[in-house]
Amino acid sequence: MTASLYSPAAARKEIWVYLEQEEGALLHISLELLSKGRELADANGWRLVGLLLGAKVAHLVDQAFAHGADAVVLGEHSLLRHFTIDAYAQAAFQALMSGKPGVFLLGATHNGRDLAARLAVRLRTGLNADCTNLHLEPPEGLLISEVSGFGGGVLALIGMPQHRPQMATVRAGVFNVSEETPGRKGEVLTFPVVLDESKLRTRILERNVAEGVDISQTPLLVAAGRGMGTDLAELRQLASRLGGELGVTRPLVDMGLVERERQVGQTGVVCSPKLALCCGISGAFHFVVGIEKAGTVIAINTDPDAAIFESADYCVVADARLIIFELNKALAAVGEAEHD
Amino acid sequence: MTEPRIVVCMKVVPKPEEIHVNPQTHLLERANVRTEINPPDMNAIEMALSLQNQYGGMVEILSMGPPSFEHDLRVGLMMGAEHVYLLSDRAFGGADTLATTYTLAQGIHKLGDVDVIMLGEESSDGATGQVPQGLAEWLDLPQLTLLTDLELDIQARRARGKRVLKGGYERLEVPLPCVVSVKTACNEPRFMDFRLKAWAADPARLTVWSAQDLNTDPDCTGLAGSPTTVTGLAAAALRERKKIQINGTHEEIAARLAELVRGLQ
Repeated sequence: MTASLYSPAAARKEIWVYLEQEEGALLHISLELLSKGRELADANGWRLVGLLLGAKVAHLVDQAFAHGADAVVLGEHSLLRHFTIDAYAQAAFQALMSGKPGVFLLGATHNGRDLAARLAVRLRTGLNADCTNLHLEPPEGLLISEVSGFGGGVLALIGMPQHRPQMATVRAGVFNVSEETPGRKGEVLTFPVVLDESKLRTRILERNVAEGVDISQTPLLVAAGRGMGTDLAELRQLASRLGGELGVTRPLVDMGLVERERQVGQTGVVCSPKLALCCGISGAFHFVVGIEKAGTVIAINTDPDAAIFESADYCVVADARLIIFELNKALAAVGEAEHD
Repeated sequence: MTEPRIVVCMKVVPKPEEIHVNPQTHLLERANVRTEINPPDMNAIEMALSLQNQYGGMVEILSMGPPSFEHDLRVGLMMGAEHVYLLSDRAFGGADTLATTYTLAQGIHKLGDVDVIMLGEESSDGATGQVPQGLAEWLDLPQLTLLTDLELDIQARRARGKRVLKGGYERLEVPLPCVVSVKTACNEPRFMDFRLKAWAADPARLTVWSAQDLNTDPDCTGLAGSPTTVTGLAAAALRERKKIQINGTHEEIAARLAELVRGLQ
């Protein structure tokens, strides 16, 4: 078997969380991972450490401490201002080889995924993608990752007994953020980032990033499936009228109708709205996991036997397109009456 | 190099409705299921073939799996690829991403000088999205992931691509050779050219390489080379919901839903 660069015996009882930042602000997923990491660390008497890379990002350490980190390993370098896989993989590798954590968790974002996959091979270790839950088993601290997948209703529990660090990625929205403790202190472990510039092969020619869509935190999710056809104008109108967000099933993304950030479910976003309105969605398992955390679910589908009705609080057997049209009318009428 | 040599790594996957897990081995049941080319890989081969249309050169396919995958892989030939290399050996079975990317990298080494290695962003069955980056790491090559377009500068030996970011994009440049992952649904894969059917069926168009041919380290391939092991399976219990029926005319239903929505706001 390929041996990892450091062995379980050499690993420290530490959970490391990659603190992903964008333009000097921590991503929400990093706080979610700190919250889960704190829980695992407390249950096992381990230390929780954040790995923070960037240029001029030291001000973020207090936020990491407030969210549960005992220490932050901080690597700053001017070439880490924007993410490039070459520079970030080198810096993270350097920190990991020196700290030798037993567990290393990253958010399954575009950049987090790239970094995790490249580092896992560099470290000759395993990586579990898109975990839906994590457990740390005493006494050795074996990380058991729950990966939901393989079609319907089956969770695979995956471990890597002989490789360290035990790496896993988690999508946004899977774990909740626990309440922060303002003023909580921790240790800052600054390390000098040393980059082999001959291995920096990526040049950023242009960057064009607006505020991204994040449906994981929306209070009201209006979700569309294939039963809505290809015209989503009425649903978009409903979502914006109610201050919510449009979400969709995977086929609508694969057809190119809606951006990937709006895909709900196992390979998309796990949402936790107060209300999810599911329109023309059959309710396959991999979709339903994305609305498991919704307070209330309303489902509209023409097929009375659709699986979505098993996962709904309110069930409407009808053509969702017609109901949504009427609902927009009803809400518009109320809006006008209120303004009179 | 005057014309690029492009290799597309393609995976043959069970059709989504055919995916089952063997309760004893905890592995995906792959026998006797209907298969297809991993849909995201269709976007990769389309991008590769359009590069070939633009710059000339040659597109080849590299895959890993049992000989029964041949049929699906010949679809790639009928789309316009020149040759298929299938890495096939019992020793490769049960591989996780570390072992898979190692084996694919050995295949690329055996192919020799390749300019661009292209893959879909993820597979529809495993969906880890880790293989392109892992392969790039084994090969010590630069990577361009989640691209919606790619251009080559043959003279300067550079590749430039547009990478999707949350809420936007970036344009990146790397030297050749490089590994590219292609954003799913970023293009419209071409249809097979049925006039190529006989040509594509020619056994000479497909080469099978075994572990011996690739000189792979048995400790690095398949189940033996995989750090991760499935330790158990659990049924995913979904939450119980109220399941209250709402009936009536469309107007009545809409009025009831409007009440519910406002009550929860």
